[in-house]
Amino acid sequence: MKSAFHNLATGALAIAGALATVPACAADAIKIGVIAEAQAVAGSSIAPAAQLAAEEINARGGVDGRMIEIVVYDNHSSSADSVRAFQRAVSEDKVNAVIASYISEVVLALEPWAGRMKTLMITPGAASDVITQNIAKDYDHLKYTFHGYLTSSSLAGLVCDAAKDLLVDPYKMKSAVIMSEDAAWTTPLDAGYEKCLPEIGLKVVDHIRMSPDTTDFTPIFNKIEGDKPDVIITGISHVGTQPTVQWKSQQVPIPMFGIASQATNSTFWKDTNGAVEGVFYNAVSGPGVAVTPKTLPFVDAFQKKFGNFPSYAGYTAYDDVYMIADAIKKAGGTDSDRMVDAMEKTDYVGTIGRVVFKPKGDPNPHALKTGKGYITGLMLQWQDGKQVNIWPKELAVGSTKWPSFIKLKAAAN
Amino acid sequence: MLFWQILIDGFAISALYALGATGFTLIFGVSGVLNLSHGAIMVGAAVAAWAASSELGLGPYAGALVGVVTGVVLSFATYFLTVRPIQTSRKIAEAEKEIFILTATLLWGIIIQEAIAYLFTNNAKTVLPIVDGVVIVLGVRTPSNEIFTAFVCWFAIGLLWLLVNRTKRGKAVMAASMNPRGVTLLGIELSSIYLTVWAAYGLLAGTAGILLGMFLGVSSYSVGPLTASAFSIVVLGGLGSVSGSLIAAYVVGYLETATAYLVSPAYRTIPALLLLVVVMYLRPQGLFGRR
Repeated sequence: MKSAFHNLATGALAIAGALATVPACAADAIKIGVIAEAQAVAGSSIAPAAQLAAEEINARGGVDGRMIEIVVYDNHSSSADSVRAFQRAVSEDKVNAVIASYISEVVLALEPWAGRMKTLMITPGAASDVITQNIAKDYDHLKYTFHGYLTSSSLAGLVCDAAKDLLVDPYKMKSAVIMSEDAAWTTPLDAGYEKCLPEIGLKVVDHIRMSPDTTDFTPIFNKIEGDKPDVIITGISHVGTQPTVQWKSQQVPIPMFGIASQATNSTFWKDTNGAVEGVFYNAVSGPGVAVTPKTLPFVDAFQKKFGNFPSYAGYTAYDDVYMIADAIKKAGGTDSDRMVDAMEKTDYVGTIGRVVFKPKGDPNPHALKTGKGYITGLMLQWQDGKQVNIWPKELAVGSTKWPSFIKLKAAAN
Repeated sequence: MLFWQILIDGFAISALYALGATGFTLIFGVSGVLNLSHGAIMVGAAVAAWAASSELGLGPYAGALVGVVTGVVLSFATYFLTVRPIQTSRKIAEAEKEIFILTATLLWGIIIQEAIAYLFTNNAKTVLPIVDGVVIVLGVRTPSNEIFTAFVCWFAIGLLWLLVNRTKRGKAVMAASMNPRGVTLLGIELSSIYLTVWAAYGLLAGTAGILLGMFLGVSSYSVGPLTASAFSIVVLGGLGSVSGSLIAAYVVGYLETATAYLVSPAYRTIPALLLLVVVMYLRPQGLFGRR
């Protein structure tokens, strides 16, 4: 009995000793919180990609000898859960920076918290312009947020650039219908489309915004067919497989071209039983496309470690860890304000191109610079179960192929 | 042209609603159970069919079979794991059992939903369709799958009608829904009748889920809306009345389709919900309810 008590007491002492040493270790490690959607395909690559980058950095000795530790929180695609996770990450788990979400609504909910808790936050996948517009309005409080993915209005511009080269010039297309889901990220996207499509010579004959939980697209496609456009310009992400599947099963004779976030996933062919054949979508990366020398090694390492391909937010999350590590190195520590200053000076060639943030004073501070020399984006088309890059020309691996049910009116003239 | 489009599209989607709601109302009519895991069972069957046909490459027929079997398995699991233990429990007061079963099936549905999201992500999946291509019906380019869906739905509902009206077992089921005590006095085990009903329910919900997965695609997000739509159709038609549910399914299906075509797809579900509210005010027992 006595010995049992003795064992217990020594055990307790040992645990207490171990606990006492933990804070010392934790102070050494750099902690990066990842708040993402574990169950959504776009979000599920964020944490693994960040983990991969951290392991690579740690294998090379970490940041000035300090190891990077990734702390993962599943937000169940909910803003409320994300805010709770953010508070926990900062107050209890003492993270030094946060990589958060691919959903604009979530990032917009977290943005003021990053300001209040003075914690650097970067989003690898949200798109709404409002995120950076907020920073412009209240820079001193909101400067802790960085936008590590393209804003919706940049996306609209890139889609228009590609549409000119791929649709207007070769097929003499003249008119378009915009079809987008009703969400925070599409408001600036649609405004961008409305502005840039006429500039490249595509008249917008109709504009359909549908609820993201629309299930039956038959009426929508019938209405679009009635408008007789040359192309459907898309802005879809959360709505799922239905628009693509019904486009095929109804054999809508008009091409779909634009943003279709889920089409960036390698599993989308299976999810739609191949209905995605012929769909054009914008992305910052694609299988086999060496956007930079870092792109393909990253994809290989990710595939080897996790057995699947990263979603678009995986590429950016991987780069984000490297950029945060660089910022900490430059700032000489994890003081948030100095990290923000260092992040603003980022000039980093990552997996999706050269990352430079727009400066204070810009209407969209902390947004990525786009265009030649920075990030240009790609336009890919699904062909026979593969994602084939078609645009820009210097990175193209194939050429446009339309499914048999597509009838190009303009080309026939 | 618009008229024919609404007529044809509305018919297919209504048939699907009807099939989904029939099983739901059958269970309520016979055993008094409001099964709030209904949507989860439909989605479970559809995702199983998708996994078997697309992931494992078994093809559309074997996939559909796997889906229907999954529907029946989930239906029995619902009965044996959540409903029956409460029905036979002595610790729960008889008057409270209904609310206990309601809560238990709701939670059970959430368990299934989260399991699907965990195992297969919450991305929408489309079940490999058994028929492909399009046909022109009255000038409307209609996917063959849509016609197939309507046909299978009515075939299944027809089979159910035969079962209930033409077989001894079915007549016992019908009798149990009217007077359970009377049936037991005739020497028929109520528990075996419940098994028949849950089996039939599994077949109906599974089939409806798979057809929905072929026609529109499903994800773990669809669970709530599917339960809600079956529930509102059944309430509109009158709880426990199978023919009432069929008619209500067509009312809701056509109202939604017409709204989507004539007003805007964004407001698709609103008029049907308003109608439900109005019916609840004027005729709380539903359009064809017996009480």
